[in-house]
Amino acid sequence: MKSSKAALWLFLTPVLMWLVLMIVLPHIDLLIMSLRGKDELGKPAWTLANYMNFFSEPIYWLTFVRTALYSILTMLITLVIGLPTAFYIAKVGRARFQGFFMILLLLPFWVSELVRVYGWMILLRESGVLNFLLIKAGILNKPIEMLYNDATMIMGLVYTSMLFMVVPLVSVMESLDDSLIEAACDLGASKLVIWRDIVIPHCKPGITSGCIVVFMLSLGNYLTPNLMGGKNSLWFTEQIYNQFIASFNWNQGSAFGFLLLALSSLIIWAGLKITGQKLGETAS
Amino acid sequence: MKRIITLLTLCLFLTSAYAAQAETLKLLTWKGYAPAELVAKFEKETGIKVEATYSNNEEMIAKLRATRGAGFDLAQPSQDRISSVQAEFKLYKPMDYSKLDAALFIPSMLDAVKKNTKVGEDSFAAPFCWGTSGLIVNKEKAPGVDSWNALLDEKYKGRVSYRLKRPTLIAMGYALGYKPFELYGDAKAYKEMLDKIEETLIKAKPLVKNYWANGDALLESMRSGEVFVAMAWDNGGFKLHSENPNIDFVAPKQGALGWIDTFALPAKAENVDAAYKWINFIMRPENAAYFTEQENTPTASKDAGSKLSEAVKANFDRCFPPAVIDNIQWYPPVPAELEAMEGKVLDKIKAAN
Repeated sequence: MKSSKAALWLFLTPVLMWLVLMIVLPHIDLLIMSLRGKDELGKPAWTLANYMNFFSEPIYWLTFVRTALYSILTMLITLVIGLPTAFYIAKVGRARFQGFFMILLLLPFWVSELVRVYGWMILLRESGVLNFLLIKAGILNKPIEMLYNDATMIMGLVYTSMLFMVVPLVSVMESLDDSLIEAACDLGASKLVIWRDIVIPHCKPGITSGCIVVFMLSLGNYLTPNLMGGKNSLWFTEQIYNQFIASFNWNQGSAFGFLLLALSSLIIWAGLKITGQKLGETAS
Repeated sequence: MKRIITLLTLCLFLTSAYAAQAETLKLLTWKGYAPAELVAKFEKETGIKVEATYSNNEEMIAKLRATRGAGFDLAQPSQDRISSVQAEFKLYKPMDYSKLDAALFIPSMLDAVKKNTKVGEDSFAAPFCWGTSGLIVNKEKAPGVDSWNALLDEKYKGRVSYRLKRPTLIAMGYALGYKPFELYGDAKAYKEMLDKIEETLIKAKPLVKNYWANGDALLESMRSGEVFVAMAWDNGGFKLHSENPNIDFVAPKQGALGWIDTFALPAKAENVDAAYKWINFIMRPENAAYFTEQENTPTASKDAGSKLSEAVKANFDRCFPPAVIDNIQWYPPVPAELEAMEGKVLDKIKAAN
């Protein structure tokens, strides 16, 4: 008995240390920082001003709303592309090729996100590969700029987060009994009905967890919006960076960090409520 | 078990012995400021290893602030970004000028930096190198450009690029006829100027190709002819000129913006002696000249000029005749409250549609 307790502590200690030292303590520090500011005399004082700034300055909350809406859009596009892809990998493609397809999906993630984004920039820029091919083929007569707009940025985000949608979907689809679909076909159900009544309800846990991961990843992304979005793409994470690095206002930056945490949790909670899900039921 | 422990102790002992033997200098600097060849030469002469971390002004300050000045032995911020952060956060320790070989420095530059980095009784930096921000122009596509206003010119719609950082705001101030540096002491007037700049830059948004963030990426878009006029550093212009004579650096008629990067000692620097050694080493004429050859960036080293190759000299003779040099607008130290105002303006410009 005694030795098993010792073993428990032995395994628990690294986890606890990780949690406390790397996650809890820094967050407490950030929370304290976000509540500090200066009073009218310029002396340090406790204040909620950093949080109030977010609501009183339209630029801050509008940026957040924009970031959240685009993240939701990214999530929906990823889901729409991810569902048939996952279905093909789990059910249609031959078992032999399943591993091959997964490797194909994983392969781009073996290089860093920065390299992938630069790859897209080389393809899409005005003097880039795609423009060159289109001109050679006679489709365009002068190159167009495909980078630095919102559509490209969304595409980049979808590309970056596709894997995190497909993997949970594949894993839930594998547990779907083929005979259900066969029975539905025998009974004359249309493809749409099969998807609506059998596949999607079965995949719900995978859809939920995929959506949450993709949404959070897009919301917290910094690189892709910054490099591919260009001129108009102020992302909320960039505003946090700016507060810390450009304006030296760590208090404001911490407040924004906490607001991002709180508001994104709120959005996920609302999403779960609306679709009638529970967090405990999601699959990984 | 016992054997493992012995082995571990041995490893620990060995690594600590190794660490004690190899003295290191932790350098927080800009890309290119510690050329590999000079680092190797320094190690051979003194036995001190140099570990360089590359950064920029804003991140340097953030890094040092996070550790309250620990983790590095020598930092190289620009001279205008020292006094205000020093007054507020005490990031640096005073420079002991008696440990520097004063004969190596251009005296006027050393004095200017001393004056600009003075907080209380002490000064905090010595000059290393200098350069300017101005325009890089593709003269074939955009002939006759000689002013900051070209960045706002309808003619170059979609062919203009600049950073969304404070130097751009200053340049726009000049383009609109203000004297931004003279308004540093008057926050209200400075705010008025910033409002005007904000309006101008938001209106000019359709003209901009992108706000560049990475120097190499900008050079690539100038090279490929995607961008005709950009606000950038002079050495980038020299580099492009050597590849394509139609592209060159142009000092705008309002005056190029002059910066001086410095040496400063972080407050909790551990190896200060090595830091002084490095300063006295890299400022030696032959070493400073090597740096200038590599980076096209002149230094504050007094006798390095005579050791430069003709090609590098030609760049400065072509782009910086004496009248242009006299017209350079040097950044004075930035008051802290201005940077917060500028941050918000930059965010608003980026978010506007």
